[in-house]
Amino acid sequence: MISTSRPQIVLGLVAIAALLAMPWLVTSDYYVNIATQIVIAAILAMSLNVLVGFGGMVSLGHASYLGVAAYLTVYLTAHAGFGPLAGALAAIAATTILAMLFGYLALRASGLGFLMITLALGQILWGIAYRWASLTGGDNGLGGAVRPHPLGVDLMNPTAFFYFALIFLAAAMWLISRFIQSGLGQSLQGARDQPRRMRALGYNVWLIQWLSFVFAGFWGAIAGMLYAYYNQFVSPQTLHLTTSAETLLMVIAGGTGTLFGPIVGAALVVILKNVVSAYITRWLMLLGIIFVTIVMFMPEGLVPGTRRLRGIVRKRRGSPTTPALPVTEERPT
Amino acid sequence: MNFWVIQGLNGLAFGSLLFILASGFSLIFGLMRIVNLSHGAYFMLGAYVGLSAIDAGVSFWVAILIGGLAISVLGAIIERFILRRLSGQPLAQVLVTLGIAFIIADACVWIWTGDPRPVPMPRELAGAFRVQQLAFPIYRLFVIGVAFTLAATLWFLLERSRLGAMIRAGVDDLSMARAMGIRTSLLFPVVFCLGSALAGAGGVLAGPILSVYPGLDTDMLPLALVVVILGGIGSLLGAFIGSLIIGFIYSYGQALFPDLAYVILFLPMVLVLTLRPTGLFGRQAI
Repeated sequence: MISTSRPQIVLGLVAIAALLAMPWLVTSDYYVNIATQIVIAAILAMSLNVLVGFGGMVSLGHASYLGVAAYLTVYLTAHAGFGPLAGALAAIAATTILAMLFGYLALRASGLGFLMITLALGQILWGIAYRWASLTGGDNGLGGAVRPHPLGVDLMNPTAFFYFALIFLAAAMWLISRFIQSGLGQSLQGARDQPRRMRALGYNVWLIQWLSFVFAGFWGAIAGMLYAYYNQFVSPQTLHLTTSAETLLMVIAGGTGTLFGPIVGAALVVILKNVVSAYITRWLMLLGIIFVTIVMFMPEGLVPGTRRLRGIVRKRRGSPTTPALPVTEERPT
Repeated sequence: MNFWVIQGLNGLAFGSLLFILASGFSLIFGLMRIVNLSHGAYFMLGAYVGLSAIDAGVSFWVAILIGGLAISVLGAIIERFILRRLSGQPLAQVLVTLGIAFIIADACVWIWTGDPRPVPMPRELAGAFRVQQLAFPIYRLFVIGVAFTLAATLWFLLERSRLGAMIRAGVDDLSMARAMGIRTSLLFPVVFCLGSALAGAGGVLAGPILSVYPGLDTDMLPLALVVVILGGIGSLLGAFIGSLIIGFIYSYGQALFPDLAYVILFLPMVLVLTLRPTGLFGRQAI
């Protein structure tokens, strides 16, 4: 359940104000671009959180929607003669249809099986992008996308593109929170906690989870479309397991099942990745170490975890914490 | 005609390698309910360790032993100090194995650099086997032989030995097996080490065919997942048949439609998940 307390609302308003003022606070394009990366990652992480946090369905293939939408956007606009708007819409629609198919397949299982199927499907997509070189450019990736000029605004300007992406983040925040509070979102959380009871009450748990899966895939596609226009280039790395894992890390780090936690998680991961990559090339190892550390020592996520640690220091007494990783349901045999 | 025979044998050889990898993965998942996402990394690390052993002057056969042994020791450490501390939290265990897979993958690039390295073939198995106009590498026939022998041995171990009976009981119903007095806490490390050893030794064995390169882990892991989804959880027969199916599909696919070889991998998954979500030989839905 979402509880928006007063400090949280204040914190949220401060964060939004800071984001809006960002381009005035920092003058360097480098930082504006990092902020744009955070915004795109935040949309992707929020969409994954619908599955992981509110649905209890841990997907290790969420890069699929980012990557497929990005590939399609670049391919359609730069190589198939689509206009920027038509190309983006077609890419998002096609990716959402793909999410319908993948959701159908992955929801044949639950818990660990769901995770395995999403991972396998995602890696097969990566294999296609990597090996079908005549279509996707293979390892070299696909380039040539040009940022559009909506309403005469030149999005080649980093600050303009930042605000462009921010509009989508605001829409995602609003619509995803509406989704979570809607009847469908509430029954999704019911299906996470008590699937058998929900079934007994007459809810179609499968349909609820499938619709949520498609909804998450749709927002993943939005992130992919933005990614394509931001980089004007897409490579198989977008579809790789490490991208899915990074996104999952954003969700876990921010605290699963909190509406805006994934935004914080996205900021942490993107900043860390940029800072680390500036000094060493061992990002993958660091990613692995962070995963192991969080799971072993901070299973409830970085943000709630630090809050808990602070609470312990203040009160010298830890409150019972609930692990944020959803417990997978064993199917009755 | 020749084409179909040769590609069929290639598929059989690739399926054999997959079986060596997937049988351990499937056993671990079946018994311990751990999706060991490090399994592909174990395979790659085993191959690199074997390669270094060969570089140091030992024979190919000893290198296979060293590769298997090294990875089973690594598996034992990970099982004892990480996975056991997270017992009862399947999701946490999966994420830890994913993290470990990344650490191993990056460490391999660090130690062995990013260039693909072929593992030298043992001299006694070099050359080709000829029947009329067909020529087929002896080494691949040997790999096929190894996999069939392994399948028979594992079958015997699982179906005919006391240890196997305990493992099967644990796969079918863990809490009931515990209630009957089977000490599953002793079975877990045995199975995890066995699976790890198979992955490590399989990596060395695959070296002369696939060679070793960064990314071998994430190339093989999804195939092992597909095999298990196809064959059914914890089913040895399922892993065997699933491996051969994927081996054939992959081999013929790459020969006939090189661009689409990966697209075709979707097909068996779509079919099995739609028609029989338990997998071909599984008893419970995954």
